[in-house]
Amino acid sequence: MKKKTISQQLKKSMPLYLLLLPSFLLLICFSYLPMSGLLMAFQDYRPALGLTGSKWVGLANFRQFFHSYQFKLTIRNTLVISLYGILVGFPLPILLALICNQMRAQRFKKVFQVITYLPHFISTMVMCGMILIFLSPSVGIISHMLGKLGIEMPNVLASASAFPSVYVWTDVWQNLGWDSIIYLAALSGIDPTYYEAATMDGASRLQKMFYIDLPLLLPTAMILLILRAGNILSIGFEKVFLLQNTMNMMGSEIISTYVYKLGLVNQQYSLSTAVGLFNTVVNVLVLLLVNQISKKLTDSSLI
Amino acid sequence: MDGKIKRKIRSSRSDRIFDIIIYALAIILILIVVYPLWFVFIASFSNPSDIAGGQVFFWPREWILDGYQELFKQSSIWTGYRNTLIYTALGTAFGLFINVTAGFALSRKELYGRKFLSVLYLIPMFISGGLIPTFLVVKQFGLVDNFWVMVVPFALSSYNIIVARTFFNNSLPEGLWEAAQIDGCGTIRYFLQFALPLSKAVLAVIGLWTAVGIWNSWFNALIYLNDETLQPLQLIMRRILILNASLLGTAGKAAVEMKNKSDMMRYGSIVISTLPVMCLYPFLQKYFNQGVMVGSIKE
Repeated sequence: MKKKTISQQLKKSMPLYLLLLPSFLLLICFSYLPMSGLLMAFQDYRPALGLTGSKWVGLANFRQFFHSYQFKLTIRNTLVISLYGILVGFPLPILLALICNQMRAQRFKKVFQVITYLPHFISTMVMCGMILIFLSPSVGIISHMLGKLGIEMPNVLASASAFPSVYVWTDVWQNLGWDSIIYLAALSGIDPTYYEAATMDGASRLQKMFYIDLPLLLPTAMILLILRAGNILSIGFEKVFLLQNTMNMMGSEIISTYVYKLGLVNQQYSLSTAVGLFNTVVNVLVLLLVNQISKKLTDSSLI
Repeated sequence: MDGKIKRKIRSSRSDRIFDIIIYALAIILILIVVYPLWFVFIASFSNPSDIAGGQVFFWPREWILDGYQELFKQSSIWTGYRNTLIYTALGTAFGLFINVTAGFALSRKELYGRKFLSVLYLIPMFISGGLIPTFLVVKQFGLVDNFWVMVVPFALSSYNIIVARTFFNNSLPEGLWEAAQIDGCGTIRYFLQFALPLSKAVLAVIGLWTAVGIWNSWFNALIYLNDETLQPLQLIMRRILILNASLLGTAGKAAVEMKNKSDMMRYGSIVISTLPVMCLYPFLQKYFNQGVMVGSIKE
């Protein structure tokens, strides 16, 4: 009897399986098949021998990474850029949404939104091109402007210590508006009777912003913070890679650029994969951890 | 009574000051966002020596088209532009097909094994094979230096599948499916004739996001396409924008001419590659914004 129901269910699902088939093939071929390749992190992988023929070496690749000089460097750089990015890039969109929400001229508000969202659509390639053009110490527009004020422009593009600032603040320029969308949506969902009650009590608009808007944004903010924290060890490879040069290397070599160099430049397949796997594992662990903490503290959780 | 009126006046005055601060901040922000874009635009029409000499801030000293002429002489730019257009068109169509069919199937409660399959589709969001294992698989499929590598292997997007699934779940009334079933309508016909036409909004959202993503992407091309005739515009631009820039430090008198030429091309290439997206965006803003919303709904 039970067997029949399963076969009936299967039969009923047949058309759905058909719809699922194309994406399922892609999923297996280009997501799960590469995942099986993660095994090479535990091997001394030789392309000629393949996954089945290569020698197993246990955790040797991981040990090599942990003992290498790049281990501290890449972890530190990745963390610095990531935490700096959260510190600056997390509160600012909330502030922007609060400001935008206070605009009463609807026309102006619309124009303001369109303009501040615009840089989000610039490609990383163009963005980095613009950064190199604008920050050039000799011919860049910023150096000319500072020159008018009698200030000499430091070469921030060749400085390891300035790299995180360049990365983070250009990111803010590009994504500040866009990141505020979700908060604006949350603000538009606030029950207007809150404001009416506050007006009756004589609250100013600034007070309403602080005592109504801000607390009601917190759950949304918490979820977004969890998501960001889960990506703490994976900052955008593309932008770092494009802005990297030999002079700022000490501040710009992050885990993903190191994985790229090990793998595709030096052809150290196993070591590169081990470093990448380490990165993934840490990411998942941090995500779970932050999610747990947030669950305890605020009742907002992702999983 | 008196005190009440006074307080009202006072608060409205503080509200006015508040208004002034808000709008002042907004205008400053608009300037910060717009100025760099405007500068690139005018610089692309300016004499490069004016730019290098710091003579251009808000308006070109003279409008010239040398940069664009130089740019259009480069056949690689044209090939890149054509490739990007083709990759974007095909990639968007294929991406929509893959992710919307998957999203629909996973949204149906009668799908046997739905929970397991949903998790299977979700995992790649958090764990991936990483650079080298993926590269080796793509190579095994013969997709290195192959046109289709830009269209097929990375079309699956867990995020877009979730967006589509959430939409189908929340927006299609269950009664519609029951009514269609009574009239003898099969699942696939229901999908094509009822679900899709009712989901134009979510199709637009996913389609536009996919299109912009492909238009702006270059990393996969860097890894998988060595053949220059296959490379998309963004990768061609890398040579103009990034690799040239690193030569800037080595200025010699002889290098100035060369540098001026490449400078002109840099501004021009930014304009021609970014303008299509920038011009279309304000009209399609509604759909782009919806994407952020739909994706954020938890099931």
